[in-house]
Amino acid sequence: MDKLIIAGKQFTSRLLIGTGKFSSSKAMAQAIEAAGAEIVTVALRRVDITNKDDDMLSAIDREKYLLLPNTSGARTADEAIRLSHLARAATGINWVKLEVTPDPYYLLPDPIETLKAAEILVKEGFIVLPYINADPILSRKLQDVGTATVMPLASPIGSNQGLKTRSAIEIIIEQANVPVVVDAGLGLPSHAAEAMEMGAGAVLVNTAIATAVEPSKMAEAFKLAVIAGRTAYLSGAAAESKKANASSPLTGFLYNE
Amino acid sequence: MNNMTTTAQHPDIKKILADRGLDGSGKDIWTKRLGEITEDEVKWALSRKPGYYVLDRLLMLISPAAENFIEQMAQIAHQLTLQRFGKTVRLYAPLYVSNFCVNGCIYCGFSTNHRFSRIRLTIDQALAEAEIIAKEGFKDLLLVSSEDKKFISVDYLVELASKLRPKFSSLSVEIYQMSADEYAKLFAAGIEGVTLYQETYDRETYRKYHPAGPKADYDYRLSAADSMGQGGMREIGIGALLGLDDWRLETLALAEHAHYLMKRYWKSRVSFSFPRLRPAKDVDSARFNLLSDKNLVQMILALRLCFADAGMTISTREPAGLRDQLVKLGITRMSAGSKTNPGGYSVEKDSVGQFDIDDSRSPAQIAAMLKSQGLEPVWKDWDSAFTET
Repeated sequence: MDKLIIAGKQFTSRLLIGTGKFSSSKAMAQAIEAAGAEIVTVALRRVDITNKDDDMLSAIDREKYLLLPNTSGARTADEAIRLSHLARAATGINWVKLEVTPDPYYLLPDPIETLKAAEILVKEGFIVLPYINADPILSRKLQDVGTATVMPLASPIGSNQGLKTRSAIEIIIEQANVPVVVDAGLGLPSHAAEAMEMGAGAVLVNTAIATAVEPSKMAEAFKLAVIAGRTAYLSGAAAESKKANASSPLTGFLYNE
Repeated sequence: MNNMTTTAQHPDIKKILADRGLDGSGKDIWTKRLGEITEDEVKWALSRKPGYYVLDRLLMLISPAAENFIEQMAQIAHQLTLQRFGKTVRLYAPLYVSNFCVNGCIYCGFSTNHRFSRIRLTIDQALAEAEIIAKEGFKDLLLVSSEDKKFISVDYLVELASKLRPKFSSLSVEIYQMSADEYAKLFAAGIEGVTLYQETYDRETYRKYHPAGPKADYDYRLSAADSMGQGGMREIGIGALLGLDDWRLETLALAEHAHYLMKRYWKSRVSFSFPRLRPAKDVDSARFNLLSDKNLVQMILALRLCFADAGMTISTREPAGLRDQLVKLGITRMSAGSKTNPGGYSVEKDSVGQFDIDDSRSPAQIAAMLKSQGLEPVWKDWDSAFTET
């Protein structure tokens, strides 16, 4: 069976879901269900993590889904670490999607602070999934300090522009020892399929689903696209080798007896 | 202190506004240009990729000619806001702590020239008010005060903030202007945002409406947002008091100010507010040039089309019917159930307010209104852990 394995834990679904921007917690829960997701990320700034009755938290069935707290809003390593501690103390969850984004407009991740925070959090026993720019060297350094994945962005978060960082992500995937989760900027199911065809371990989608007119329907479309892309990747796509094997060789006569 | 990048190559906002004639010095030229904008130019502006600021494009979008394109602008602004902010609107409540004031602003109910029984809340009284606000579900609290430096001191705010933090995830202030060092102290105490309006970017008009008190100094006022950025504030709220001068020129200056702040203090988020002059105690509304709903909408849409990610706030100054529409036109944050008088929630219900609110619906009613429009009312979008030191 083809499984996604992160930090020793097995997942069947390769579509991770973000929980921002939905019109209600109910709409969010329905979309998560339709996406067939198993990992759901929640911004710690949006929920009251110490409150079991928090509207958004209580809409996510913890038996069914791995709740992945994220540090969205943190500008520095210190802030991200502090939030991670808070989440672990309140919930016992030691997984964290590490986001350090000092620029409030494009929310691009700070590579230096992210690496710094990752190193400390891993040492403290966290399972760290860092959100990063598509930087192959940073990916290697993060893996060296022990992160469970790397999560390069396809394009600026929420921008729906698709795989603008394609060539850098190809290198990251080629060199990776951990699953590469393509995060941010995937605006259409075809973008997600493309990432999966390239060999990404998984993708994370939020805005494209949450702001669709029918979020659940769009979630299902992403689910199918991820499966299609993954299946294509596993099937050893014909694509590039085909060019070198013309069906009517031009120099075949040299070998004819 | 961070975000400090002041260098000679980068002119400050005072020079930028003067060079562009947006401090009132180029009023006639700008007014003439605005009047000459054609519908073709507006169409051109609308054909550009939205969400990026260019002065010329904003000029076209706020022109009289663009009044015939409000619906097209609204469609684009709605899509942009949806993409950047999702189907959500943040809710906050103001807590007025004092109406003592040393300034004589002509339009304000708290003006030092008005005679009425003033009130300032002790820390305990402020906490009692906050308790009621918290029970309504709010996590986002805005502390408001007139210029009452002696009583509402930095120490007062630091102490109050430390006591409010267990109940609120986000604290911000809308008070008299402070220095960068003072803002840094507030930030360290857990106050991460400051809103302060220039009121008007036109020097002459500014002088006319602010005859007395520390606030009479236009240039000092203009430097406030810089101090916030230098003090490390996360949110810098700016705005012009609509009704003092020509809203079109104010919008251009406001946009230049925002653009400047975004470049210089890149870790702080700039947000816009749209305070329209409202009737207040002893304020003669006949002398003001009040802005129409249509032009208010045009201003909001034009700014959204130029600043995709800017927060946009509308208060209970505005009537319910209009607020219900504005949440689909770019607005991302609104107050609810507000009292604009110190003690208004419980301590001293009949004290004098800064202005009369129009939308008096309860927070629960506002939340229900948002839900009925397919929008999630967001009470918490911040965590005090960010600013804990």
